[in-house]
Amino acid sequence: MSNKRRITERTMHTLFFVVASASIVMLFMIMIFLFMEGIPIFDEVSVKDFIFGKYWYPTSEPPDFGILSLIVASLAVTLLSALISIPLGILTAIYIAEIASKKVSEIIKPMVELLAALPSVVIGFFGMVLVAPFLQNVFDIPTGLNLFNASLMLAFMSVPTICSLSEDAIHSVPNSLREASLALGATHLETILKVVLPASLSGISTAVILGMSRAIGETMVVLMVAGGAAFIPESIFDPVRPMPASIASEMAEAPFRSAHYHALFATGIVLFIFTFLFNIVADHIAYKYKQVGEATL
Amino acid sequence: MSVSVPSLQRRRNFLQKIVFNVFCLAALINGLALFIIVYFMIANGWKAINWTFLTQPPVDSMTKGGILPCIVGTLCLSIGAILIAMPIGVASAIYLNEYARPGRLIRVIKLGINNLAGVPSIVFGLFGLAVFVVWLKMGVSIIAGSLTLGAMTLPVMIGSTEEALRAVPDTYREASLGLGATKWQTIYRVVLPTALPGILTGTILGISRAAGETAPIMFTAAVFFTPSLPVSIFDEVMALPYHIYVLATAGTEIEATRHLQYGTALVLIFLVLGMNLIAIIYRSRLRKRMQ
Repeated sequence: MSNKRRITERTMHTLFFVVASASIVMLFMIMIFLFMEGIPIFDEVSVKDFIFGKYWYPTSEPPDFGILSLIVASLAVTLLSALISIPLGILTAIYIAEIASKKVSEIIKPMVELLAALPSVVIGFFGMVLVAPFLQNVFDIPTGLNLFNASLMLAFMSVPTICSLSEDAIHSVPNSLREASLALGATHLETILKVVLPASLSGISTAVILGMSRAIGETMVVLMVAGGAAFIPESIFDPVRPMPASIASEMAEAPFRSAHYHALFATGIVLFIFTFLFNIVADHIAYKYKQVGEATL
Repeated sequence: MSVSVPSLQRRRNFLQKIVFNVFCLAALINGLALFIIVYFMIANGWKAINWTFLTQPPVDSMTKGGILPCIVGTLCLSIGAILIAMPIGVASAIYLNEYARPGRLIRVIKLGINNLAGVPSIVFGLFGLAVFVVWLKMGVSIIAGSLTLGAMTLPVMIGSTEEALRAVPDTYREASLGLGATKWQTIYRVVLPTALPGILTGTILGISRAAGETAPIMFTAAVFFTPSLPVSIFDEVMALPYHIYVLATAGTEIEATRHLQYGTALVLIFLVLGMNLIAIIYRSRLRKRMQ
């Protein structure tokens, strides 16, 4: 009996370990298959020409496979959306965690969660039918589907990520630090700015990076709202074509295993590397500067 | 020192008041954004919704009729996704929370999960296309789409299950072990039943996440139009999010079908936010009971 129990124990332990490694296996499979389908494009163009080539005309004869304008577009929408989402997300997090009464924060928190739950296609649709005509009228520009509109929509998709992760970080600051600061005569605001924020800085940085990683990888919003022109933008009201939009809109028409098909997978590799780096950096910060005890300010 | 102490104090309090109002404003902007989007969809979409809309397939090259195939397709895909993500997610969380000891191994596994959570949805689409549709020869089908969505939902499922397991007090485990139960018996008879409501909440959130995604199913499961409902898991389907995208950007008459687009968006919002709201309310009750 006890022998049987021991065997069951060991079997279950091993079984759970095997299943738990599924995530890593999947991550590796994603990488392997992206590279398998993407690498063949480099028989046609060099890595340098692919990444720094300015012209993306995959269907002309001869085709041009340069994704610089797509990369620039992705970075531009991400940075512009970060300018909106970082202050908005962090201020909301501070308000929920430090200032609002319990009742108020119990209303705002679910709202932020619901904002996160809105399907991206709905936000993209909203940007198309309401925000685009509005921008077109107000700023008198040829199209409302542009870099600025896409960044605005993306900002509201990354605010919930930034907000809820920052809030967790702020919550993990020990109360004794706040009390010490208040006891020394600092106001509530001074305590937040000079004690709570520095103490939760690593967590907030992680939150910001993950929020930006979400924005750079978001597909439907940039597909529907960014305008789709594969040029390097000169103003924030230029239409752009970020990497995910290019993949999503062209894959259906790219012949199976043609150069275009491989080029789109290679674009996927570049996109994957961007988000992968974002995540590694976020993880590194979270791990290295983890709030341990009370003496890490 | 020209500034007297009371006036300095007043200035500090005044400053604090202003800054706190700015914080409050930021919080309100989020609520406002949610409200505007939902209100806009309801105001424009409710007229389109009627019995025919919900129970009929689209007709006249999708300019009239309903969205029944999309509703059925989305339900099939999201339930399929959770059937894949839930067992794997729960088992992974059990390993991480109950079996694994802190160390390099657990750190590597967590890093893998975090990175999987950060993979862009369109890359999941490429992955599903290359692996399930092409390599495993499933074709564009419910099963290929569900597997792709399942892989994407997995980190969400692991995260929420881990939270549910962490909420189970250690005294429960100690009592069970103290009575002579083995670790697996403790997990199976004590920890899992206690954590079950939390796990179910996570499952609902997982389903709603899968239901709203578009990019992963574009190449793996969804098609522009199919009048028939799916009969096997190897059938291709229509899906609500993809239907919105198609009608809004590539339909035959984009302006004329606006009301259908609003209607479809409203149904999707209703489905996704409804499930989220249920989960959020259920979870907050659960947390209160736990305290």
